[in-house]
This record gives sequence, C-alpha cells and structure tokens, in this order.
Amino acid sequence: MDVIDQGIGPLFTDPDPDKIRAFFRKKNRKMTNKVMNLKTAVETYVHDGDYLAIGGFGANRTPVAACHEIVRQKKKNMGFAGHTATHDMEILSAGEVYDRLDVAYVVGLEARGLSTCSRKYVQSGKVQVTEWTNYALTVRLKAAAMGVPYLPARNMMGTDTFKYSAGKTANCPYTGKKLNLLPALSPDVSFIHVHEADVYGNCRFKGITVADLDLANASKRLIITTERLISNNEIKHDPSSTRIPFHLVDAVCEVPFGAYPGTMPYEYFSDEDHIKTWLTVEKDSDKFKEFLNENIFNCKDHDEYIQLNGGLAKMRLLRSKEFLLDREV
Amino acid sequence: MTDYNAMELMISVASRELENGATVGVGTGAPCAAAMLSQKTSAPDLVILFEAGGLSPELPEMPISVGDSRTVHRAAMAGSMGDTMDYCSRGFVDYTFLGGAQIDMYGNLNSTVIGDHANPKVRFPGSGGANDFASFCWRMMVMTPQDNKRFVEKVDFLTTPGWLEGGDSRAKSGLPLDAGPYKIITDMAVMDFEPDSKRMRVISLHPGYGFADVQDNCGFELIKADELKDTLPPSEDELRILREEVDPYGYVIGRG
Repeated sequence: MDVIDQGIGPLFTDPDPDKIRAFFRKKNRKMTNKVMNLKTAVETYVHDGDYLAIGGFGANRTPVAACHEIVRQKKKNMGFAGHTATHDMEILSAGEVYDRLDVAYVVGLEARGLSTCSRKYVQSGKVQVTEWTNYALTVRLKAAAMGVPYLPARNMMGTDTFKYSAGKTANCPYTGKKLNLLPALSPDVSFIHVHEADVYGNCRFKGITVADLDLANASKRLIITTERLISNNEIKHDPSSTRIPFHLVDAVCEVPFGAYPGTMPYEYFSDEDHIKTWLTVEKDSDKFKEFLNENIFNCKDHDEYIQLNGGLAKMRLLRSKEFLLDREV
Repeated sequence: MTDYNAMELMISVASRELENGATVGVGTGAPCAAAMLSQKTSAPDLVILFEAGGLSPELPEMPISVGDSRTVHRAAMAGSMGDTMDYCSRGFVDYTFLGGAQIDMYGNLNSTVIGDHANPKVRFPGSGGANDFASFCWRMMVMTPQDNKRFVEKVDFLTTPGWLEGGDSRAKSGLPLDAGPYKIITDMAVMDFEPDSKRMRVISLHPGYGFADVQDNCGFELIKADELKDTLPPSEDELRILREEVDPYGYVIGRG
C-alpha cells in the first residue's frame, strides 16, 4: 500500500510490533504477589521520559491517587496520552510532568469548563503536541493490543486534525477506498483504577470500560490501583467477571477512594465542589502553589488527601449522591 | 405566549429534529438537553449514545461528563468508547449534535486552536469524539449562537469535518459516503446546506428575526431559501418539561 498523505505531527511511540513482542517475551508471567504501596509502585515502574497513559475517562474511574503520586515524585519529560484527559491532565500539568502530548481531548473538564493550568502549560511552548481524536486513540491502543503496527479507520480525513496528526492515509487493497492508518500505541507505563483486584492483579471493575481493556493489553507496564483487595478464591469462583488478567499487571496498590474527587461508578460520585476549587484556585499562581503544597506535596498519600477534604463524612455524602439516594421517597 | 430565552428556543427547535426510534450521539450541555427533551416529548424511544460507552440510558439528570454514572442510568449497556464509535462507523447512528468555537459556510468546525497550531493564541480541547461523530453519523447538527466571531469565512483550524470545501470534496476525502452536516440551529434561524454547493442556507427564521439579522451576524455570505419558514416557538409543554425535568438547576438553560 502506498502512502497518499501523512500528518506532520511527531509520532511519540514506536509502532514496531516485534520490539513489543521482544519486551513481552521477557515479562514475568508468574502468579506472584504484586501488592505494594503506590509510592513504591511509582518509584519502581515510572521513569522520567516514559510514555504514560491514564485509564478511565477524565474524572470517571480515573486513578487520581496515582496522578498525585507521579507529581509528588516530580517525574518529568514524559509522553502522555490525552485521551479525554480532564482532571488527570490538570494534575499532571500542575506538575509539568509531560512534554509530549497526544491530543484527543485536553485542557477542558467537559461541562465544568476549561482548566487554566492545563491550558497555560500546553500553550507555554514546553509541550510538543500531536492531534488525534478519541476514536483514533482507542483504535491505536486496539492495534497495540492486537500486536499489529496499525489499524485502519475512516475518521479524520480531510481535516487539520489529520494534518497535525502522525497518521498516514493509503488506499484499501480490497475496495480501493482511502483509509486512515492509525499507528499502534504501546504506552511504557499505564495506570488503571478498578473496584476489586486480587494480590496477583486479576481485576474486576463495573460500568463503562472506556478503552481500558485495550489499554491493559497495549501497555508494557501496568499498575492497578484498586478500591479493595479480594481473595484469589473469589476470582477463581467467577472468572467471567475478570476484566484484566494477572499476567498484564506489574503492581497492585490498594487505594480506597482512589478516584476521588472523580466518580467511581457504583461507589461514589464526583466531588464537584472540590473540582470547582481546583478550577478557581489555579487562576492565581501563588494561591495555586499553596493549594498544591497542601493537597499534594505535603500529603504523604491519598488517605491524607481524603482526610484533608472531608474524610469519611464526605465519602458517605458522595456515595449517597452516586446512588441518587436523596430522590428515594 | 410564554417568555423563553435563546437557549430554551434552540434546545426546543433541536429536539424536534430527532424522530422516535432514531439513534443520536451526544455530548454534555445543550445537545444532551435537546436529546432529553426529545425523549420526554416526541421521541420516547430515542436511543442516546455517549462516546465513553453509555448506550440507551434513561437520564435522571444532565450528566456532567459523557462518562459519568448518569450516562448509564437504567441503560441497555455500559460499553466502551470503541463500542460507541464502532456503531457510528458501521452506520448505526443517525444523528449527532456538536458545537465549536468557529464554524464556516460548509459546516466545518474548530475546537482546537485560535491562531497558529504550534504557537496558539488560545488552546481548546481538540476533537474529543467530535471528528469521529461528524465523520460517521449520518446527519450532523450544530447548535450555536449566531455571531460574526463564530460564523467565519475560514476556521483557524479544521477540527471536525463538515462538507470540507463544498461540492463533492467530502465524498472524495475518504470519509464515509452520504454522511455530513444536516442542520445548524442558532438563536436566530435554522440553516441547512444547499445540495450541490453544500453551502449553508437559511431555511427558517425564529420569531422576531429577519434574514438580514442572520446575515449581519455571519462572517460569510448565506444562501436564502426560496421559501423562508417561521420557526415555531417553544410550546408551553416543551418549556415546562425543559425547566422542570430536563434542567431543573438551569445548568444549560440558565446560560440563555
């Protein structure tokens, strides 16, 4: 197939499937206990310069605790998949963690408005930007999950989104139709937040899967944060509920309320007041610095952050909101 | 006649475009309000899809995010982004509602940057799922206020495809055939696209506005349909449902 057009954006990851196979050839497949605290997991598996992906959808089942820990450890020069990156991106932008950005949706928090901090950082000239779409990043992860160098799709063509991407178009060998060939995306390290996991990394989660099943398969290293640890016996009794199997997982970190202040489906709803505080305080750089010190740098871990922002009483309120309990008569 | 604001008018008009049993891909805000109103009035079996994976929910309130728990409330399925967009790509999804910072005469949208891409004056979120929805859904609609800053001769960045450069340019681009922009709903008028040139054409004027008002608030030359219709204002029923059931806290209609 001859390339017809190609985008001018840089490609931040290598789509060569044999290099990825060589990596997976050496990856541990043993059912070993992978439980550790999040601090150790980030120290061990996240390196400056790595390409990072964050699971969930913006502020929904997002591993927020992991984003805080990455910022706390001052990781730098990372690549980042902005796949509906909203509050997660706001945190990572505050830490200036990344300098290469694949964009599907960035700098906004959907109906809540735009993040001054994310926007300022992306506009600062410190970040290389390549444009994609939500489906394009989903398909790129799917290609990596399949172990192929690209997958075709029929989006993006004719637009500047394509022009500023790193995509290529070619004619289909079967139909002659022009296709957008999307390069496989294998993140060096990814984080996914789940409801339940056993010590080996067998995971269950509820609600929409977004792109997390492909993300889990596509990632070279995968760190799970989980609301709760459960026994392996429970997994073995109901294997059809396993959504991510152990062999993909490098570390399992038990982090209750790990998606706070975002939503964890069937657990707790987002803390809109706290998210609004982020969006307001980041407009004033001195106040924001103080706020980050208080909420991230001076917190030992996510437990301290939760305590600082209302503790169990707040979590109960958000739980009631998630289940719309105030509407029961 | 009951008073209404511009947002209530746009949402009511938009809701009437969706027929019962149709499928629609929506985002948060006004598009979602239009789909909810439609579900509670003329199209109870309207199937709403969210790009994060929610399929056919009964929305208890306006979602804050297209991936929050409300988007799968009493839904048929909590799927994936791939599921939703694959349905669209396969031709299952009839409509989508989009917005943007800029729109041109062919319905192309910009939600990426104002100014130069490498050195933008303002960075916006980018495509999200908008380019995908507009590439794949049969009929793309836009709801946006009518003004010169939004309706521009040339978008700074073409994020999301309309009819591209008009004529048959979209068909030649490689995008799926026969899908494209359908209606543009503003606070002054409803526009469609002239079938050959694919240029924006005013077909209906909202109460109190003339063609000149629309043209004065548009940065390119509009086509005037041979017969201009009068838009029906929101009915008492539409307004009541919109205010009491769809958006009781005024998140969207409060901005009208």
